[in-house]
This record gives sequence, structure tokens and C-alpha cells, in this order.
Amino acid sequence: MFDRIKADFILNFVESDRWLMILKGVVATLEITSVALVIGVVIGVIIAAVRSTYDKNGEDMKRRGGAAYHLLRVANAICRLYLTVIRGTPTVVQLLIAYFIIFASSNNDILVAMIAFGINSGAYVAEIIRGGIMSIDEGQFEAGRSLGLNYYMTMRYVVVPQVIKNVLPALFNEFIVLIKETSVAGYIGVEDLTKMGDLIRSRTYSAFMPLLAVAAIYLVMVMGLTALDTRLERRLRRNER
Amino acid sequence: MKDESYLIRVEDLHKHYRDHTIHALDGVSINIKKGEVVCIIGPSGSGKSTLLRSLNLMEMPSSGHIFVDDVDITDPKIDINLHRQKMGMVFQHFNLFPNMTVLKNMTIAPEKVLKKSYDEAKEQAKGLLERVNLAERGDAYPDQLSGGQKQRIAIVRALMMEPEVMLFDEPTSALDPEMVGEVLDVMKELAGEGMTMVVVTHEMGFAREVAERIVFMDSGKIIETGTPEEIFESPKSDRLQSFLAKVL
Ligand SMILES: Nc1ncnc2c1ncn2[C@@H]1O[C@H](COP(=O)(O)OP(=O)(O)OP(=O)(O)O)[C@@H](O)[C@H]1O
Ligand SMILES: [Mg+2]
Repeated sequence: MFDRIKADFILNFVESDRWLMILKGVVATLEITSVALVIGVVIGVIIAAVRSTYDKNGEDMKRRGGAAYHLLRVANAICRLYLTVIRGTPTVVQLLIAYFIIFASSNNDILVAMIAFGINSGAYVAEIIRGGIMSIDEGQFEAGRSLGLNYYMTMRYVVVPQVIKNVLPALFNEFIVLIKETSVAGYIGVEDLTKMGDLIRSRTYSAFMPLLAVAAIYLVMVMGLTALDTRLERRLRRNER
Repeated sequence: MKDESYLIRVEDLHKHYRDHTIHALDGVSINIKKGEVVCIIGPSGSGKSTLLRSLNLMEMPSSGHIFVDDVDITDPKIDINLHRQKMGMVFQHFNLFPNMTVLKNMTIAPEKVLKKSYDEAKEQAKGLLERVNLAERGDAYPDQLSGGQKQRIAIVRALMMEPEVMLFDEPTSALDPEMVGEVLDVMKELAGEGMTMVVVTHEMGFAREVAERIVFMDSGKIIETGTPEEIFESPKSDRLQSFLAKVL
């Protein structure tokens, strides 16, 4: 029994230095996730800013007239379209469209994956942040504005600091979803963690070891993120009082 | 009669909500002199808050005009933020910023809007805190304060901008009864110093004692206005009489 497990282990990870494949896969998964995360947060913040400004300050801007309001209205419409499309279609389909249609001329599959997952994540991050802004009591905006702070000052000094604390758990949850979702990157030939595990399986004709190893590594990464979240939240709470 | 110069003139103000289905203000006109203390009373939903909030454009009137210092603030070209600096506002639910200390709550607007240095603003804040007997609470966060303390902070926070007018929307309605007095005392002191005040209140005792003029509203209109004696001792309209019968 023990000998069989040992043989299985050697076959799947030691022979032909197959553990290196797993390592490469982990690196690819982490690379894709972290770049997608940055893209997603940047897109998410921009979209949340456009949408909230339109909702909360649109009336004011309309009253004063000028081009800024029309620009904002168009930007808001584009953002809504983006959110609808991204959240209404499967991630894998988006990935395939990015690889075979939009970036058809590129064969840098890992870069395409980073961009595709980033654009996908941006939609969810945007809605998390916007939800966070909407959940702040209207009285906070009113108090800021009644003191003569303009819209941007009220956002920056009063609302956003409260939003960050409120949305942190949901954002970390989105990161966890993202790290797991990158496991479909193999569809466009990216050799990420999942793909590598599957490659080993197809070469050794033994599924147990490589697939369980892959699952365990995802689990460790997710648990690491969860631990980071817990620590960050505790720190924010401490700074608050 | 001496020449009357009004600080605030409201002319035929209307406010609709939800595409004309709700008529919150139905042709309100009122003039307020510098240094005057005006209390607005009336049943729930009569438009008291809407009128008060129109004065600093928290609500945008649907039609009509509001002149402050003879400037029409309903003109779309007006700088709203500049106007709001002149109008301090105190809310029923305090609306202190929970992410800032008391001192920061008070200094943020002078710093960012008036470009005062933090030290200068802090000195001013400390002076005001002393006046409301909260000198020791400058470094506290709002959730460490009682309701009465929060509202006193909210009042001095508004005073930091050195406003010409203070607007109060039921400032004591969210307070435990034993804390109402400490907030009303601060307001009385302010009135005594000659601050122009517009106060929406259910505190008839306060209105009677402090107001120079009382405005009674119902269904978006000003029904009756007069001195406290006129309003409380000899109400003319049926609606005011039945309102007073309920609240007194
Ligand atoms: N944001 C809003 N949207 C729609 N209707 C509103 C809004 N704010 C107020 N109203 C309506 O306008 C009318 C006047 O409301 P307002 O808040 O001015 O009354 P109020 O006299 O202050 O009442 P209360 O004593 O209950 O505070 C009410 O019918 C109210 O339901
Ligand atoms: Mg009200």
C-alpha cells in the first residue's frame, strides 16, 4: 500500500522532473491572477467612480450645464453596457473571444489571459465598490456637502475611507473567485496550474496524485488570501478607534 | 416701520417629487431678517424639511426663487458650494463622520474649503469645544459619544465655517429625553448671540421661548405665521388649532 503510493508519487512528480511542471503552473496561475487583479481593480474603480458620480452628482452637473454632463452620461452608458455584457456571458466564452477574435494576431496566450480575466474581474469589482458607496448613509454625503465640501472632497475624505473598510471582505471574495476562475486558462493553451496537473495525468495515466496535488495547492492559495483578509480587516478596525 | 432688509427671501417656492405626484412645497414665500430666530412647526409630511433643505439647496426647488444676501441661489450659475458655506446645517441624526475624530470632523471643511492650516483650525475648534463643554472629547470618535454630545459636536462643526445662518432639522428628535436640554441650551446661547436661525422642531417649549417668529405649515403651504404669543395664544386657522390641540 505505502509502496504503491510512493511509486505513484515518484512517477508523477519526480520522474522527468515533473514537479517543475507543477511549479511552472503555480507561477503562471499567480502571474495571471495578480495582473488580472490589478487590471480589475483599476477598471472597477474607474467604473464605480463614473457610475456613482452620475447617480449622485448628475443632477447638479446637469443643472450647471456644459459638456461635462454629456460626457459623463455617455461614459455611464458605456459602463452599463460593459457590466451587462461581462456579467451576462460565461468567463470561458470571454476568454475564447479574447484569444481567437480580439487578439487573434497575438500568440502570447498568458498575456491574453491576464487581460481577459482583468476585464472580467473589473465588472465584479465595479459593482462591489458601487454597492459599497451606495450603502453609505445619505446623511454622510449631505453633512459633507452642507459644510461646503464639493462632491469630490466629500467622496475623498468622507465616503471613500468608509467604503474601503466596508467592501474589503467582498473584494477578497472576488480575488478568491478570480484565482479559481483562472483554472480555465488552459482553454487557450496557457500552461497554468490546472493545465499542468492535467498534462501530467495524460502522460502518466495516473489521475489521483496530480489532480489532488493541484487541488491542494489552490486550497493553500485561497487560505492564504483569507488569512491576509482577516489580518487587514483587523488592522483597519484598530486604526479606526 | 423701519426699513426692512432681509437676509433670506423665499418667493413662491414649489417642490415636486416623483414627476409631480408629490407636491412637497406648494407656493411658499417667507422673508427672514438677519439675526432672526424662526421656528417651523407643522404635522408630519407638511414640507418643513423640504423648505429648510431648499435654503441650502440640499433639495433643488422645482420653481420659485430664494435670495440670500440678495443673490438668487436658484440661478443655475451660482456656486452651490460657496453658498453652502454661509448656511450651517444640523441634522436630526447628527451625521458626524465616523471615520474621523471629533477634531477632524470639525477641521476638515475649514482645511479643505477655506484652506486654513490644521493648527489654525484646531485652535478654533478647541475654543468651540470648550464653549459646549466638550473640550476633553476632541480626540474621541463619534461612536464613543452620547447622542447629546454628538449633536453638540455637529452644531460646533457647522459653526467652524462661520456661517451667516444656521439651519436645524429636528435637532433633538433622535435624542433620549434627558439629553434634549443640553442641545437646546447650546441653541439658545447661539440665538442669544444674534445668529440667524431657522429651526424645524417639535419642541413647542423651545419655539415659544426662543423663536421670534413661528411658521406653521401644512400640506406644503405656510398656513399661519406670527409671534409665539399669536401662534400659541390666539391661533386663527382651524388647522393650527387642531394641530396645537394634538401637540400641546
Ligand atoms: N426624497 C423624497 N422623495 C419623494 N418624496 C419625498 C422626498 N422627501 C420628502 N418627500 C415627500 O414630501 C412631503 C414633504 O416632506 P417633508 O420631509 O418636507 O415633510 P416634514 O414636514 O419634514 O415631515 P416630518 O415632520 O415627518 O419630518 C411628504 O409627503 C414626503 O413624503
Ligand atoms: Mg422633516
